[in-house]
Amino acid sequence: MAFTETFTDGNALAGPLREIFALEMTSADGRCVTCGRTGPVADLRVYGHENGPGLVARCPGCEEIVLRLVVTPERVWLDLRGLVSLAVIR
Amino acid sequence: MGIVTPGFTGRRRSDVNLPPGQYLTEDFPVLSAGPTPRIPLDTWEFVIVTETGEKHTWSWAQLMAMPSEDVTVDIHCVTKWSKLGTRWRGVPVSAFFDEVETAADFAMAVSYGGYTTNVPLDDLLDGQAWVAYKFDDDDLAPEHGGPARLVVPHLYFWKSAKWVRGLRMMLEDEPGFWETAGYHDYGDPWREQRYQGD
Repeated sequence: MAFTETFTDGNALAGPLREIFALEMTSADGRCVTCGRTGPVADLRVYGHENGPGLVARCPGCEEIVLRLVVTPERVWLDLRGLVSLAVIR
Repeated sequence: MGIVTPGFTGRRRSDVNLPPGQYLTEDFPVLSAGPTPRIPLDTWEFVIVTETGEKHTWSWAQLMAMPSEDVTVDIHCVTKWSKLGTRWRGVPVSAFFDEVETAADFAMAVSYGGYTTNVPLDDLLDGQAWVAYKFDDDDLAPEHGGPARLVVPHLYFWKSAKWVRGLRMMLEDEPGFWETAGYHDYGDPWREQRYQGD
């Protein structure tokens, strides 16, 4: 099964994550649950950045979902299903 | 607030009847949560798995042999665009259930690429939903969910799973991909059921 690519990089997560976290998150290193690849959030492949229902960030190594972020009028929903850990620079 | 505004910007028309909060578009925006899968027709399959684990499988050739319907319907995306009078060809979902015995009230639509969305079975039957493979007389393009997608026009369009691969029947309702991230379990555009709690 072949795929077509339509994503942007993880810097698209900078604004939304800034609203939840006190520290800069795009430079944080995350480890992928699926393939073990470790790298900055900025390197993730972000889908849905053009008026989608939410942001879906995938691992550049294995394409599995690392995190999802949905902003509703009353809540920010954050799904970190694909992260073993996130090392945030202090 | 609105840091990522899930908002489509368009023109609100007063001369057409749109669900609350929706805007009319003539385009067909492409929204995706991942790479667009390309599924060869010779390996494509549509599978209904019942609550007892019984599997019913249809090949592409079998799908093509089933009686199809041409339907013209309005579609409403939760990101606030609506598109009127879209033309599809597909097999009504009820036709698949002629061969399936189930006591389940809910279905999880499952797609190539991993997408899921939950829909009550009653909303898939009686001429309300199709496994569609043509749009505007053309083969359904991969970016719009081809070779085949679910079309459930009376619910927000995220329920119309692109690249549909089958239905998993469920005795209890379970949330799918967007429903586990804040979106409504049912998604009626006329009641503006966008988010959990609406």
